[in-house]
Amino acid sequence: MAWSGDLDKIWPTFILGTTGAAMGMETTIFFTFWGLFPLVRNDVHITGENWMQKMMSMMNRGGTEHLGLSKMNFAGMGPAMMKKLAEEHKVASPNELLEVARDLGVHLVPCQMTMDLLGLTKDDLIDGLEEPAGATTALLEAQDAVTLFI
Amino acid sequence: MSATIARTLDLRGLSCPLPIAKTAQAIRDLPAGELIEVLATDPGSVPDFAAWCTTTGHELVERTEGGGVYRFVIRKTR
Repeated sequence: MAWSGDLDKIWPTFILGTTGAAMGMETTIFFTFWGLFPLVRNDVHITGENWMQKMMSMMNRGGTEHLGLSKMNFAGMGPAMMKKLAEEHKVASPNELLEVARDLGVHLVPCQMTMDLLGLTKDDLIDGLEEPAGATTALLEAQDAVTLFI
Repeated sequence: MSATIARTLDLRGLSCPLPIAKTAQAIRDLPAGELIEVLATDPGSVPDFAAWCTTTGHELVERTEGGGVYRFVIRKTR
């Protein structure tokens, strides 16, 4: 369950999702609220239909390359340093992990309600996602499963 | 069952979870019964490969270590 768009929350979400699939577990990530923004294509800047949604997307640009840290963000300097450190230590970037996750068959489910609320269309989102779904689908997937809320 | 190594994966320098994820990707194309050799430098890969083999059912045939490199030989079981 990815409900946060913070870099430091999406990163472990992708790490655990990828690992789960690598372990042969049926793995689904449900992206909701701010957690949906990392699935926005990196080349899409402004999303939304009305001024409120557009304004929100300007202040909270989507895409794996534009995520901020939940603490020590320092107007983007924190994430830049974090990415530099990750590169030095050969820690896979969220983007790379997303590629591996898709290849290993992790189901990436965007929340339909969030898409409606924030004015995101399928064209705004990256390829390889499942059909947008709702809370019922998320909870059905979660039945008899380990669920992490990150 | 073959005793020769069918494939070697050089994952030296990579951090968690890539050694496991890349091994999972590579093992898909391998016929059951074949051996895959994995080289890694991430110390976390030692417990992780053991755990991964326990969960997936693949057999950890050999684990050696030298010069900061961990070598795993895994038999694909299914």
